[in-house]
Amino acid sequence: MKKSRRSFLKAAGVTALGIGAAPAIKAVASSGSVAAPVKTKKAEALTAKRWGMVIDTNKLTDEVAENIVHACRKAHNVPDFDHEPDVEKYPNTRPINKTQEVKWIWEEHFDHAFPDKTDEFLAEKFRHLPFLVTCNHCKNAPCVQACPTQATFKREDGIVLMDFHRCIGCRFCMAACPFGSRSFNFRDPRPFIEAVNPDFPTRTKGVVEKCNLCAERLAKGQQPACVEVSEGAITVGDLEDPASKVRELLAENYAIRRKQELGTEPSVYYIM
Amino acid sequence: MLEIAIKGSKKYWIWLGLLLAIMSVAFVVYIDQFMNGLMITGMSRDVSWGFYIANFTYLVGVAAGGVMVVIPYYLHDYEKFHRITILGEFLAVASLIMCLLFIIVDLGQPTRMLNVLLYPTPHSMLFWDMCVLNGYLFLNIVIGWKVLEAERNQIKPPAWTTPLIYLSIPFAIGIHTVTAYLYCGLPGRGFWLTAILAPRFLASAFAAGPSVLILLCYLIRKISKFDPGWEAIQTLSKIVCYALIANVFFFACEVFVVFYSKIPGHMSHIQYLFFGLHGHNALVPWMWTSITLMLIGIGLTVVPAFRSNKTLLPYTCAMIIVGTWIDKSLGMISGGFVPNPLHQITEYAPTFKEVIITLGVFATGFLILTILFKLATTVKEEVRG
Repeated sequence: MKKSRRSFLKAAGVTALGIGAAPAIKAVASSGSVAAPVKTKKAEALTAKRWGMVIDTNKLTDEVAENIVHACRKAHNVPDFDHEPDVEKYPNTRPINKTQEVKWIWEEHFDHAFPDKTDEFLAEKFRHLPFLVTCNHCKNAPCVQACPTQATFKREDGIVLMDFHRCIGCRFCMAACPFGSRSFNFRDPRPFIEAVNPDFPTRTKGVVEKCNLCAERLAKGQQPACVEVSEGAITVGDLEDPASKVRELLAENYAIRRKQELGTEPSVYYIM
Repeated sequence: MLEIAIKGSKKYWIWLGLLLAIMSVAFVVYIDQFMNGLMITGMSRDVSWGFYIANFTYLVGVAAGGVMVVIPYYLHDYEKFHRITILGEFLAVASLIMCLLFIIVDLGQPTRMLNVLLYPTPHSMLFWDMCVLNGYLFLNIVIGWKVLEAERNQIKPPAWTTPLIYLSIPFAIGIHTVTAYLYCGLPGRGFWLTAILAPRFLASAFAAGPSVLILLCYLIRKISKFDPGWEAIQTLSKIVCYALIANVFFFACEVFVVFYSKIPGHMSHIQYLFFGLHGHNALVPWMWTSITLMLIGIGLTVVPAFRSNKTLLPYTCAMIIVGTWIDKSLGMISGGFVPNPLHQITEYAPTFKEVIITLGVFATGFLILTILFKLATTVKEEVRG
């Protein structure tokens, strides 16, 4: 009895020592490596104090809007429920439920994009224009406030981002978002991805996702995927910089935001 | 004390066996959900919370309703409740366990649920809900167990239980208030965005909880030698009456504000629930049933002759339970999500698998409730006999 207790204490002591030494070992290891700390931004990265987006509705046609949705889907491995899954790779894929689809940016009519601004005498041209809706990267984002694990968080530069590996899938953020901009992976999305983009992670079932303003492309000095194919209809830039392109557009044109009265301060503007 | 639970009649074991059978079937269905995701439910991008969260909300109410026996007994020394206080506390325990299970089955990534503890986030109401729900569960287990044990040994409960009992009262109010705050603090959801939500939740809880308790008292009287006392039941039914009136009154206040101000974002949800919107009207018959049942419930509890009718009372309670369940579960959650923030309509109905998993959670709760009530009634029989 006594002996076994002694050996247990010994073992416990050795274990404790090991735990205590681990940080020290780590410190020594990291001091020797040449890798720069993760926080440093690459020189070519596009930066801003507060990122914003301006959509010129005059320049948006159905065709351009479609290209934008497609480009976003391709860049971020967003599943397309209309895509027929590869039977060999994904046998026994269950039938889809369209109401459970995943959308980052999509087309809406004026009445749905701006339900508070519907008007029976609305100018005819607005009735038929495609309006692209997406995450507004709100200054006061209700989804960030609601998330119980900080899986949804606001970056210093205003982009509302998600950690897909921390999300528990409680969907509180979806209830909190006043714009319906968030989607939940009700099922494994991978069978519905046409061609996987290796530069961006695919998601697993059970997590929420949404537009990330192409943070991964901005970091490499590239424009967001939607901007690239928008033929000038979408511009992103620094809302806090008076000399930026977005501020220039806002100074010259009348622009509206979705559900401004809620005070979430959306960062996506629509030039009318 | 737990040894009492393994000595029971044949009927007791058949009942437990039945519950275990339901739990096993539900578990198999849950494995399907665990493997394939929440696609097996009727939830959607637009209605992102469904049957699980609806029942969760209702059961938080039943748990909070237990405080309606604790307050009179411990704060006002209302002796008539001496025999049923423990039943109220144990009902709260079973309800809270069901609540926690409903949250877990609703998670997309249940294996990550400890992230809520690993990254505590005070600005999220879900964090506070977790704190108060677990706190209230812990309090009720400790208090219920210690008080019952003391009764069995015919001694006074330890002195340290008294402050815990007092603490459990604000916790009971707290669980339902914070649960209402989950909904009513969201800027884009006009149906929930009202300060009356927490008071209304509490009112309906104080109607539903004691109604469930009255039914359980009838059941106990029938299957055990323990008599919870007719006068205690009568007092409970008065509590049900006032709480139910408050609930319907609060709802009427909401209806007035919404339809007199005519703000579309607030009107459309109630229109959808009670009259249908753009041809979508799945919940209309349910909502009118709910209102009718609650109004009949008020009539049958407010008139003394009906309230004191021993045959009628359990039916009245059943009506109130169904009425408040539709009001707070089915209508409250779907109503908030339909129409969606873009003013489009996606209706919701639970799938068969979703209902089975829900029944499994209820079976688990009833199993715990059966065992706890068996302990309580057996100890009370022992002491009196």
